[in-house]
Amino acid sequence: MSAISARPSHAAQPSGSAFILKKALISAAVALVLFSLMIGVRTEAGPQGGLIYWTRFGDLAALVGTVFGGSIIIELLRQWWGPVDKEHIVPKPVQAAMSFAGRWLAPALLVFAFLVPVIFYNQRYILDLSILVLTYVMLGWGLNVVVGLAGLLDLGYVAFYAVGAYSYALLATNFGLSFWVCLPLAGILAAFWGVLLGFPVLRLRGDYLAIVTLAFGEIIRLVIINWQSLTGGPNGVSGIPRPTLFGIPLDNSDDGLAARLGIDFSPTHRIVFLFYLILAMALLTNWVTIRLRRLPIGRAWEALREDEVACRALGINVTTTKLTAFATGAMFGGFAGAFFATRQGFISPESFTFQESALVLAIVVLGGMGSQLGVALAALTMIGGFELFRGFDQYRMLVFGIAMVLLMIWRPRGLIGHRAPTVFLERNQAISSDLVKEGHG
Amino acid sequence: MDYFAQQLINGLVLGSIYGLIAIGYTMVYGIVGMINFAHGDIFMIGGFIAMISFLVLVSLGLTAIPLILLIVLLVSMVITALYGWTIERIAYRPLRHSFRLAPMLSAIGMSFVLTNFSQVSQGARVKPVPPIITGGYTLHEGPEGFAVQLSNIQIVVVLATIVLLAVFTWLVSRTRLGRDMRACEQDQTMASLLGVDVDRTISMTFVIGAALAAVAGMMYLLYYGLVDFFMGFVAGIKAFTAAVLGGIGSLPGAMLGGLAIGLIETFWSAYFSVEYKDVAAFSILIVVLIFMPTGLLGRPEVEKV
Repeated sequence: MSAISARPSHAAQPSGSAFILKKALISAAVALVLFSLMIGVRTEAGPQGGLIYWTRFGDLAALVGTVFGGSIIIELLRQWWGPVDKEHIVPKPVQAAMSFAGRWLAPALLVFAFLVPVIFYNQRYILDLSILVLTYVMLGWGLNVVVGLAGLLDLGYVAFYAVGAYSYALLATNFGLSFWVCLPLAGILAAFWGVLLGFPVLRLRGDYLAIVTLAFGEIIRLVIINWQSLTGGPNGVSGIPRPTLFGIPLDNSDDGLAARLGIDFSPTHRIVFLFYLILAMALLTNWVTIRLRRLPIGRAWEALREDEVACRALGINVTTTKLTAFATGAMFGGFAGAFFATRQGFISPESFTFQESALVLAIVVLGGMGSQLGVALAALTMIGGFELFRGFDQYRMLVFGIAMVLLMIWRPRGLIGHRAPTVFLERNQAISSDLVKEGHG
Repeated sequence: MDYFAQQLINGLVLGSIYGLIAIGYTMVYGIVGMINFAHGDIFMIGGFIAMISFLVLVSLGLTAIPLILLIVLLVSMVITALYGWTIERIAYRPLRHSFRLAPMLSAIGMSFVLTNFSQVSQGARVKPVPPIITGGYTLHEGPEGFAVQLSNIQIVVVLATIVLLAVFTWLVSRTRLGRDMRACEQDQTMASLLGVDVDRTISMTFVIGAALAAVAGMMYLLYYGLVDFFMGFVAGIKAFTAAVLGGIGSLPGAMLGGLAIGLIETFWSAYFSVEYKDVAAFSILIVVLIFMPTGLLGRPEVEKV
């Protein structure tokens, strides 16, 4: 409270309890009108085909009450926290602990990731979940090249994921090609589609680019649904072969891996293999990205993100720079797609909706747009958070949407909001991303 | 020829609905410079509220159809407008000076919230409504027995669109609010220096856009006789395509683009394939943005360094 009164510019904000009460009452009144029909009346198609309805005024009252109470709490919190732009000084020991954690978190996570199959060998659920998390980590790192580094907002990333998955599924089921032959092919095909999409949309900027990529993602999905003779339409492709360890199958047969090594066969072997496969693929993505950031092309991407006009003035070929970003991101998406297909053994267009794109994008944004560690942490948080809502499927996307809005309001720069420069004079200094002006890529 | 005429009528009606949604996109983009991704879902909410209020009114014993329609129209416009206002207040206003992608992402989140809110609160199944406005005219009886029909509901949709467009044009070009809106569109800082309440004007833009979307939602309900929680997504993208095609920021352009998209979609379904009608609409969006980024009636954007 003292922080507010100390600043004359914020003195205009009233803070009395009458003000809080008035604000909460207004919120409750608005909520009452908003929810009156949507919550208060429940409609359903009746047995004769006509509509029937019943009322739920209890729920309505509870919801309005929640809004009233919530608005009081939020207002109190806001007054306690002070103005948004106020600097909050973090105590020295906390700062030291934070920087220690910052330095050791990534290696610790990596070691932990390698040990997951050892620790949780008998817990199939945890292994499956970690494979899922790693898939999203890889997708997040792939999209990070496009969104985080090059600053091109891509809302149709799932299209490349789908291209990769369907490339592998169709090549493997129709021509019997093995996973290791198809993996690069899936990547190349996805990159090809990335260039195909990237080429015409290069002139677009910002929001327009986002909408066009969204439309592209939907087109790919609709074509997959409707081109039934090739893709099986809504029924999808089933019977996709499992991956092999360079030709050695991981099954119960005589020439399987277990038989060759002389150990008892267990289906967990395949899960563990899949785990290390996706871990390796994700780390490859990470490694390539880190290396690329130090190459001229990676520097050009980041320069493009900050200011496209300046880039052009400095003689950077904007066209090829954007195209390579699109192609690289798409390629990793394609790899992840091929992995997804071989893990599931079955794919259908339902797995490649806009929601997936939004989820991956949310991971990148939550991770801080450009921070590799941030993306990994964000994927862990997001997918873990989704698992918490396993029992209430229908509330999952609702909570996801609310979280996305709150995240943007609370920390638009994501969890790890600073950017470590790849070029620096004398000493490396991380820049808070609040200071970085976003260009109009 | 008769078949063509029939498709023309159907396309114009569909296009009117798209046009009404597109106006919301174009207005918000003109003033705030962001794509209100949740606008398609506002349209869906409008349809739901119209459906629920219609159901309640009928069960209360009201029988006069014009009176019911009038009340439903008002109720859905008012409540949906409040949705628009609340969304702007909660999700967009705090981000107005944030970095470029923040409002867009917040809008995507809001779109998920609205879609799933109506799924959770009203169930996932399609809600059918019996035909409310029935009857029509046979314009021309062809020799092969194909008759060109013009139903009353089609007339209502087109008339409502024309009336709303007239009212709206008057609002923007003749009233104080319209002047404020145009001022904010050009330069928000300057407008606020000259005594325009920028916050209020932007709020009103969202309110008007949402009210028009509610009308579109109600027309959709009357015309197709059903609503479901997912209809906002595709309709939203198509209406956005319409806004871009017409030139984003231009009001007559939005209507023109809406009609164009409605006609293209109808003719594509009639003469080529129904399955790929959405693909056609999305492809148009891409093609237009590539070859004609300013649209039919838009002004070219000047880049300031």
